[in-house]
Amino acid sequence: MDKFDKTFHMQHKVIDTKEVVVRFTGDSGDGMQLTGTLFADASALFGNDISTFPDFPAEIRAPQGTVSGVSGFQVNIGSGEICTPGDFCDVLVAMNPAALRANAQWTKPTASIILDSDTFDEKGIIKAGFKTMDPVAELNIQDRTIIFAAISSLTKESLKDSGLDAKTILRSKNMFTLGMCYYMFNRPMEFTFKYLETKFRKKPELIEPNKKVLKDGYNYASNIQAIPNTYTIQPAKLEKGIYRNINGNQATAWGLLAASEKSGRPLFCGSYPITPATSILEELALRKDLNAKTLQCEDEIAGICTSIGAAYAGNFAVTTTSGPGLSLKCEALGLAMITELPLVIVDVQRGGPSTGIPTKTEQTDLNQALYGRNGECPIAVIASHSPSHCFDAAFYAGKFAMEHMMPVILLTEGFLGNGSEPWKIPSMKDYPAIEPPIITEPQETPFWPYKRDELRMARRWAFPGTLGLEHRIGGLEKNNNGSVSSDPLVHERMCAERAEKVARMANFIPDQTVIGEEKGDVLVVGWGGTFGHLYTAVKELHAEGKKVSLAHFDYIFPLPKNTADIFANFKKIIVCELNSGQFADYLKARHQQFTYHQCNKVQGQPFIVKEIVDAVNAIL
Amino acid sequence: MKYTPQDFKSSQEVKWCPGCGDYAILASVQRAMPDICEALNYTKERFVFVSGIGCSSRFPYYMNTYGFHGIHGRASAIATGVKVANPTLTVWQITGDGDALAIGGNHFIHAIRRNIDINIILFNNQIYGLTKGQYSPTSRLGIVTKTSPYGTVEHPFNPGALILGARGTFFARSIDVEIKLTQDIMVACAKHDGTAVTEVLVNCVIFNDKTHAEITDKDYRADRTIVLKHGEPMIFGKDRDKGLMLDGMKLKVVKLGENGITEKDLMVHDAEEENPGMHSMLIDMKYPEFPVALGVIRAVKDKTYDDNVRDQVIDVREHAQIHNMDELLRSGATWEVK
Repeated sequence: MDKFDKTFHMQHKVIDTKEVVVRFTGDSGDGMQLTGTLFADASALFGNDISTFPDFPAEIRAPQGTVSGVSGFQVNIGSGEICTPGDFCDVLVAMNPAALRANAQWTKPTASIILDSDTFDEKGIIKAGFKTMDPVAELNIQDRTIIFAAISSLTKESLKDSGLDAKTILRSKNMFTLGMCYYMFNRPMEFTFKYLETKFRKKPELIEPNKKVLKDGYNYASNIQAIPNTYTIQPAKLEKGIYRNINGNQATAWGLLAASEKSGRPLFCGSYPITPATSILEELALRKDLNAKTLQCEDEIAGICTSIGAAYAGNFAVTTTSGPGLSLKCEALGLAMITELPLVIVDVQRGGPSTGIPTKTEQTDLNQALYGRNGECPIAVIASHSPSHCFDAAFYAGKFAMEHMMPVILLTEGFLGNGSEPWKIPSMKDYPAIEPPIITEPQETPFWPYKRDELRMARRWAFPGTLGLEHRIGGLEKNNNGSVSSDPLVHERMCAERAEKVARMANFIPDQTVIGEEKGDVLVVGWGGTFGHLYTAVKELHAEGKKVSLAHFDYIFPLPKNTADIFANFKKIIVCELNSGQFADYLKARHQQFTYHQCNKVQGQPFIVKEIVDAVNAIL
Repeated sequence: MKYTPQDFKSSQEVKWCPGCGDYAILASVQRAMPDICEALNYTKERFVFVSGIGCSSRFPYYMNTYGFHGIHGRASAIATGVKVANPTLTVWQITGDGDALAIGGNHFIHAIRRNIDINIILFNNQIYGLTKGQYSPTSRLGIVTKTSPYGTVEHPFNPGALILGARGTFFARSIDVEIKLTQDIMVACAKHDGTAVTEVLVNCVIFNDKTHAEITDKDYRADRTIVLKHGEPMIFGKDRDKGLMLDGMKLKVVKLGENGITEKDLMVHDAEEENPGMHSMLIDMKYPEFPVALGVIRAVKDKTYDDNVRDQVIDVREHAQIHNMDELLRSGATWEVK
């Protein structure tokens, strides 16, 4: 394998750039998610704007060295505004031939590719499915800068005197790789040192070896002269304030906790582990200090039903899930709706149908969220558009659920849940109060559970344990006084009242905004986690002088009241979404006077900015 | 304040079929409520009755307390949520053999496994009544119903055995018409900390009439059932002349006075024994070989889920570094942009 050890001696350049995309890839056991996260965190702490995209297989440890077991983590770092994890990468790290094979397609023609030459032996190359012994030529990427580094053996050499066993030593090769990247990108190592000290607090013998490998990787990269370019990315000019890095699931959990604090209602989360939503439950389980209770249930149905029970008893109840779990919760959604109890249902969407591609991202649950129930059962739907926006989206889902006394579905996506970005930490004093219509003493005898207020049509929330407000509710149709009724006209009226309550939420949500000019040739319409890509595409088109604007919807049902007014200002409308056209169909039904062009993708992957740009150009 | 059964009757008209065993259970529960309030110093507004779907699940509408009529099979999950959200409530679940043991089997066993402090009354009429007569998971093997026109070919559950399998801490059995016995059991349920399940053998007069008759019929009930009482010898029979003894590893029915057997030779019921071995044998007893066991068969002490949650919350909050959202938001790695 001599030819793989040859290094390319070139003139070393320091490139001062605005934006660099780095993609870490390897076996699912190689620690690439951690490497990527540490690199992203170090960049964020350095002051760059970042956006991350973890892309991993469903198997925890798929067969070693195969393409199906490749796990990746892409991070886009910049000195300007970063809205997407980037389409193609400037630097690819591939820890084995399979990782190279799976990811070469995502490299820019100018990219540098760092490979662990120790894994590029005959066995590894064949296992990855290459037909020849020259993967670089076979992939036709000879024009990229290929950097072969003997990462595995250098790691072994680095730690030969550490006293650690061979397996543990080899496992720290990701730190060697990280060290090389820190050199390439002039990243400070202190943050990662601190991380290692915390992570290995209970195994202190691992702290120094990991630090040593990280430093050795850094020094190796600076010595070999094989790395043609190093990069400096100046800190981004972000608004003043205290920042942190946050991923979408953590932001969702915290937004729910914020709604609990503002409403004074203790948070209850009944849930069942499901990819990619599980970390919301994990995050909430930590927060007993904030009086949050979590119940890991026996199934998805129990998840929502315990939450309905908790809502009846006066808690701010939430349940978290992904597509298949939402399917299991359908019947109980109807129960929450007809009993008019506040409840937030979080669906972190993934690739379906059925188990589908569970670790990949999609927007294919919109129809299910809007319509997936028996009977006349409209339920409000809110979507989040970025990892940090999950905080606000979850907070307002809680506010609307509690103040309007109804279930609210919050749609996020795997792309948002796992992706992270820097976030200017808000102050709770800047968030509005949440004032549920709680009743504490009788206003009439007996209590009428479905008596409504005129503004919101919300019923009052009477907690069991309150003297004089004893009442019975349930899944059977009832009159406003709470008595069971199958009277045809009562049923029709109650259906209409419940629908009207959801519709009136439109009076309480902000007007839809347009990014760019208010009139123009094309309005790009999107919702949810595609925001970064759509925004970047529209910005590019705008820079080319094209009259293209963006309307990105957070409030799906009900829609903002000015939706039609906005649409009327553009010659053409194109709805871009990661499904076959579910939002477009919904808009067609609601606002039939417009023609909707579509840009759809159902690959379990986010958009590429170019795909949007091309789709818009095609109708301009 | 002293309550009467009348205080627990709602204004809703009771709509079960005339002659349905459910009426008797409703009466037992309404009579038990004042006793429970007195014994445990409860007030009426602390009671919540939660149900699923089925004839029995209409029960909450007839109680003048807080009530939640859920969906089929999910009453245990809903009741669990109510209790965990507010542990000061006294939560009662009304369910049937289809609701708890078929569609809701999963929630039922997990509530018991967790030992949530709820009281479950399982109305076992061995039939689907509200859908007009299909066999249920407790219907006896071979029964002819609308969905088993040639007889069932599947074995029934014994609810008590299922509860022991989930390491339940409380199991009692009664008969619809034994109003006083059910009333006393309800008080025992309320006093028990943890999931307390009472199976009540109910007659469905329309679709499964006399299904329990061979043991519940007034003429031979005393000879074909045994009411177990903690600390008392296992005696039964109209003339109180029969009892249960241990014969090797098995129970056997003996006649007092025969072969020199006296009361002292009989088993003494120990409901508080943690080992479920004897409780299992008592639960399994079937007529004609044995009398069917009634009363509180098992009542053992263990920590409840809600107690454990409360203790954990207290413990975590005592040592908490984070006390509000602003502190949480600023915790961990942050940086300042100036």
